Amino acid sequence: MYPENFRYTKEHEWVLVEGDTATVGITDHAQEELGDIVYVDLPKPGTKLEAGKSLGSVESVKAVSDVYSPVAGEVTEVNQTLADSPEKLNDDPHGAAWLVKVKLASPADVQNLMSAADYQTYIGAEK
Amino acid sequence: MPEASSLRVTPLNSVHRALGAKMVDFGGWDMPVQYSGIIDEHNAVRTSVGLFDVSHMGEIEIRGPQAAQLADAVTTNNVAKLQIGQAHYSGLLYDHGGFVDDILVHKVAPDHIFVCVNASNQDKDFEHIQAQNKFDCSVENAGSQYAQLAIQGPKGAATLQKLTSTDLKAIKYYWFTDGEVAGTPARIAHTGYTGEDGFEIYVPPSEAARIWNEVMNAGAEFGIKPAGLGARNTLRLEAKMALYGHEIDASINPLEADLGWIVKIDKGDFTGRDALVRAKEAGLKRKLAGFEMRGRGIARDGYEVYLDGAPAGWVTSGSPAPTLNKNIGLCYLPIEHAVPGKSIQIIIRNQPVDAVTVETPFYKRAK
Repeated sequence: MYPENFRYTKEHEWVLVEGDTATVGITDHAQEELGDIVYVDLPKPGTKLEAGKSLGSVESVKAVSDVYSPVAGEVTEVNQTLADSPEKLNDDPHGAAWLVKVKLASPADVQNLMSAADYQTYIGAEK
Repeated sequence: MPEASSLRVTPLNSVHRALGAKMVDFGGWDMPVQYSGIIDEHNAVRTSVGLFDVSHMGEIEIRGPQAAQLADAVTTNNVAKLQIGQAHYSGLLYDHGGFVDDILVHKVAPDHIFVCVNASNQDKDFEHIQAQNKFDCSVENAGSQYAQLAIQGPKGAATLQKLTSTDLKAIKYYWFTDGEVAGTPARIAHTGYTGEDGFEIYVPPSEAARIWNEVMNAGAEFGIKPAGLGARNTLRLEAKMALYGHEIDASINPLEADLGWIVKIDKGDFTGRDALVRAKEAGLKRKLAGFEMRGRGIARDGYEVYLDGAPAGWVTSGSPAPTLNKNIGLCYLPIEHAVPGKSIQIIIRNQPVDAVTVETPFYKRAK
């Protein structure tokens, strides 16, 4: 369920680092908690992100939820398909429905985030 | 999980949990917000049938020879005009004209009025009515004596009919009758909060879980779905039905809320009447208006509304509308602008996003 090669935040984002690029998304737990996702607001390429600061938002029928960037860096790519098909976030949050790709300012930062095992313990405890 | 001890529960709480519902704290009640998903449940009600647990709603019984007079003295609509077996939507107001609550008034007998009120307002409503009981009535806060199920949607009647010998076709809209459902005494009301056809039944709490299952079985052939408060909200918003704490509260009077039709100024005196007469004479300042988003974004409760570059009002409810495939909302605007076709901006995360006021209700079922 939760890929071993991802790192996870307490705010339910995931990050996958490949070289100096990070792919960021929200977790399956996050989409499950939100319910039907109907709107995704993402930054433009070129936007500078700070770790722990809002990078955009995801909205379900019921509520708005901020997405916090797990890493610092510059947005290089945005998942455009989510503008027209936000419901993909409910179907494939760890795959096709990634949110943004970021050129990392400091790749070592992700070591502070949770492993898949730690995250699963964390959401188990949260319930 | 929420601490069970701190939240009130309906008799169906374990049923919801067994169905895997997502539970939320709704005004101090542990209630299901969704089961299969808000959009799926919403669509089930619009196209077939959905089943809601609304046992958190309160009930107040007014009994005595002057029960109707007390009800008329504390509510805005004309109780004297109700026939036995008829119900209407009404308001309980403070002296200053603001809402204590919005309610459904049922005339059970010449000496018995049955009032359905909002869950989180029931104690306040009871005290408000009791304090004005100059009619020697018995007023009873009876919420714990009833479970309430709402069977809503075009297949609602066909579903419920299987479980009762009462001819549901003979119950006109906003009428009710006392009968039996699945062998248990039930008050069967042709009412609802979804903008769709349907029934609301009041049953003994001890029978609620059994009747829930009977209704689910009866509706199986129509694809009945349990529906939660999330779908209840999107359904009522499309139908432009007010929600206490959003469109209406103590600071809003019924004329501002576009609910003039439940205010019968000429029926005689009632609490809040003088304030409404004065407000009318002075001229209303603001009124509820519906809008659709034109720009990308979803308006939410409490967001600011701008008109011609200046703050002009606030959003009371906003949501995607699953049936209409639009993002809609209700807002208060200066009365001269509370008409369809006005360009407004909703401030979403510090950004103005274009919207336009529209005719309401947003959705009206084909009769």
